[in-house]
Amino acid sequence: MNVEVPITVTVNGVEYSRHVEPRQLLVHFLRETLGLTGTHVGCDTSQCGACTVLLDGEAVKSCTVLAAQADGSQVTTVEGLEQDGMLHPIQEGFWEKHGLQCGFCTPGMLMVTQALLNRNPDPSDEEIREALEGNLCRCTGYQNIVRAVRRAAESMQERHAQVAAARGEEGA
Amino acid sequence: MPTVFGTAIKRREDPRLITGRATYTDDIRLPGLVHAAILRSPHAHARIRSIDVEKARRAPGVVAAYTGRDLQGRIGTVPTAWLLPDSDLKTPPHPVLAVDRVRYVGDGVALVVADSPARARDALELIGVEYEPLPVVVNQEEAMQPGKPQLHGEAPKNVAFHWKAGNGASEAFQQAEVVVRHRFVNNRLIPNAMEPRSAVARYNPSSGEMTLWMTSQNPHIHRYLLSGILGIPEHKLRVVAPEVGGGFGSKIACYPDEALVAFAARELGVPVKWTEDRRESFIATTHGRDHIQDVELAGRKDGTITGLRATVHASMGAYVSTAAPGVPTILFGLMLQGAYRIPQIEVDVYGVFTNTTPTDAYRGAGRPEATFIVERLVDLFARQIGMDPAEVRRRNFIPANAFPYDTPTGLTYDSGDYATALDKLLEALDYPALRRRQEELRRQGRYLGVGFSTYVEICGLGPSQVAGAVGFQGGLWDSATLRVLPTGKVLVYTGTSPHGQGEETTFAQIVAEALGIPVEDVEVRHGDTGEVYMGWGTYGSRTTPVGGSAVARAAERVVEKARVFAAHMLEVAQDDLTFEEGRFQVKGAPGRSVSFQDVALQAHLAWNLPEGVEPSLEASAFYDPPNFCYPFGAHACVVEVDRDTGEVRLERYVAVDDCGRIINPLIVEGQVHGGVVQGIGQALWEGAVYDENGQLLTGSLMDYALPKARFFPEIETHHTETPAPHNPLGVKGVGETGTIASTPAVVNAVVDALAPFGVKHLETPLTPEKVWKAMQDGRR
Ligand code: FES
Ligand code: FES
Repeated sequence: MNVEVPITVTVNGVEYSRHVEPRQLLVHFLRETLGLTGTHVGCDTSQCGACTVLLDGEAVKSCTVLAAQADGSQVTTVEGLEQDGMLHPIQEGFWEKHGLQCGFCTPGMLMVTQALLNRNPDPSDEEIREALEGNLCRCTGYQNIVRAVRRAAESMQERHAQVAAARGEEGA
Repeated sequence: MPTVFGTAIKRREDPRLITGRATYTDDIRLPGLVHAAILRSPHAHARIRSIDVEKARRAPGVVAAYTGRDLQGRIGTVPTAWLLPDSDLKTPPHPVLAVDRVRYVGDGVALVVADSPARARDALELIGVEYEPLPVVVNQEEAMQPGKPQLHGEAPKNVAFHWKAGNGASEAFQQAEVVVRHRFVNNRLIPNAMEPRSAVARYNPSSGEMTLWMTSQNPHIHRYLLSGILGIPEHKLRVVAPEVGGGFGSKIACYPDEALVAFAARELGVPVKWTEDRRESFIATTHGRDHIQDVELAGRKDGTITGLRATVHASMGAYVSTAAPGVPTILFGLMLQGAYRIPQIEVDVYGVFTNTTPTDAYRGAGRPEATFIVERLVDLFARQIGMDPAEVRRRNFIPANAFPYDTPTGLTYDSGDYATALDKLLEALDYPALRRRQEELRRQGRYLGVGFSTYVEICGLGPSQVAGAVGFQGGLWDSATLRVLPTGKVLVYTGTSPHGQGEETTFAQIVAEALGIPVEDVEVRHGDTGEVYMGWGTYGSRTTPVGGSAVARAAERVVEKARVFAAHMLEVAQDDLTFEEGRFQVKGAPGRSVSFQDVALQAHLAWNLPEGVEPSLEASAFYDPPNFCYPFGAHACVVEVDRDTGEVRLERYVAVDDCGRIINPLIVEGQVHGGVVQGIGQALWEGAVYDENGQLLTGSLMDYALPKARFFPEIETHHTETPAPHNPLGVKGVGETGTIASTPAVVNAVVDALAPFGVKHLETPLTPEKVWKAMQDGRR
């Protein structure tokens, strides 16, 4: 009955080895076992996207992944977005554009944005709205979320351009 | 210093929310925490023959299991807090766990507590309940028919109440040139705040103190009501609403579940947590709307509206929830004149028991149901007399010079300028061009529609005297305390309990403006009855008009006292001081001044105070508004209906709202967006469906369609600003306007698009199937 399986998962750059029940979902592993409560549970049918995290760089709904399946993987949660104590441009974008109200859907929105911008650094509004297909927000009416994602895309591109320029100078 | 009032500053709530550091109820972890799960009835109506929890009690990890019988005499029943006067309201006892009869799918029958949420849920499966199914009724009109199942002995024909209002409309109908009659079904909705309900309780047996963290819009009301259910004196019960992930009305009500959690914590001496999952939320958290409305409008051929009559059957569900009786009556029936001068109005409302989840407030609560009727009727009337719908509206508006305006239902609209809002809307739409385009497209076999909604809402709930007069079992004032610290930083305690609306920021702006200090020097606290003395919570768009006004008043008092200190420090009379941008200055002596911070320090050091003045700089205000607020606006929606699929594509949505003075435009715009989308949800996708056995067919997010990002165009927002004349800030409310306005705007647009097919009305939600069928049945 109480068989537990050992897993090792790297979450936000920290490696954790734990024993988990085979039925434990990744979201519960993150929230209960590791105490990383930034990832939220909004439904039990994988519709809302509140639990979205990055699993080896891909956005997944952590309520549809078993913790055991994440064995050996890299997971990024909302707690892992900040870099050196600085907000990530995606977080900045949501703050600046009022992309959240109650904030409950927000961690999932941030993570799905990260995945979107990884594969498409310059999405159109339509592409943004499409990428949000699996994430529900009951407060914002989405419009400011779209603005936030667009703003994040812009600032990430600016940043890349700056880095590229700096590299170019170094090279010269 | 730039003025902060009217500035779109970023929300101070956000850093904790975007970093995952915020604490919602389900995030709370306490040593020794155990978890509760509630067994819910799968039948809509059944007698309970027996319940056997023995096996569950022995299951791994289980700490305790209780049935309704185990609790009898140890815990009270769930109260109704809105007792309509002049009606025959029945409030049959609502036990926290059903004892011998269940009345809806989701009615709680047993409670299990175990060492993990999963084990608590596992153990529910070991509980044996013997049910004897009873006949079921889910439709409120049928429920009143003879021979139908009776839910409560004390409510014959399942009538919870019958309520009437208005000044009588028979004369208007006798003399009418035109009468428009219609039956509307305002469909049942499921609020679906993204955060499910949750509660964590901790009891300290030595002090007798209970702390209850819960998903609440009104922790003080919850303390008041739960104190009664649990028999814990109010001063020993602390209710905390930490971060709350949306409410939309569904976190106002007092439910059995939170009481059960607190009960178990006291019983077991360990902290207990319960969090509903989404499926449970669908059946156990209150629903909204659900009216059958028979209405008629009387008018003249020149477009004048002369009367309105409505008979409404509102479903209460299986029990009368906390605020439920007030929703289809005070918040609905009294608002049936909308933005128009309608001389005669008559309304009859029946609240009816059915074997469904109880209904209660849902964003807008009552006003969307009223606005829908009025705005649909105006369109039907316009069509019947062959007049432009915008023109009919304009002709009937209460004119700007008629305020304050007494309505035939007994309200006094505070201020308004409805025509200006409509003008602004028509201009933004480029209305004549839009109509030309509609004609052109029709010739090509494409169906564009334009729909209007010019609304008024009642909010800023509300004067306490009126609350008493209409049977609300509480006051509706609110409180604020400002505590100035020695360094001039300010702590603000508000009795309202925002949960996503951003008032931590708005209120900080109010205080910064009043004291002339940086907005960063202000901290706003709320949601904890242990910290905030008293308040009535956040709902009915009352937070800024009522709570914010209390904050403004308290700030004025702080300035008054600071002036006394400043005069003493500068050795002048108080009247010789001006206070601007945070400095007390001697009139005509530019060199002689002290800053607010200087004063704060001296007030605390108290080395040299004016005679008879107490140290410190703190003030409270208890603000009871003299009237409600009546925001208004004009919305329009442009849709195109796909001839082949019946799909409605939203092409444009334009909103002109007037919520009085605007403190933070960013936040106001966000509220409008969210509200509009929620109302469009009802128009196009959302609807609770029960089968005849009382099973909720739309019982999960797989079957109940919530609005998604890709369904929407940009929502265009505009504002006019007509200050509320009666509160110190001139603010009205904006949290619900969008939801109130948008549903009829969209339905009017779709019906307008389908005019060539002879379609006069369609019930919400306007699913592609429904729209397609209407076109098939239509003339072309
Ligand atoms: S909690 Fe995972 S999708 Fe809703
Ligand atoms: S901000 Fe509340 S659900 Fe998205």
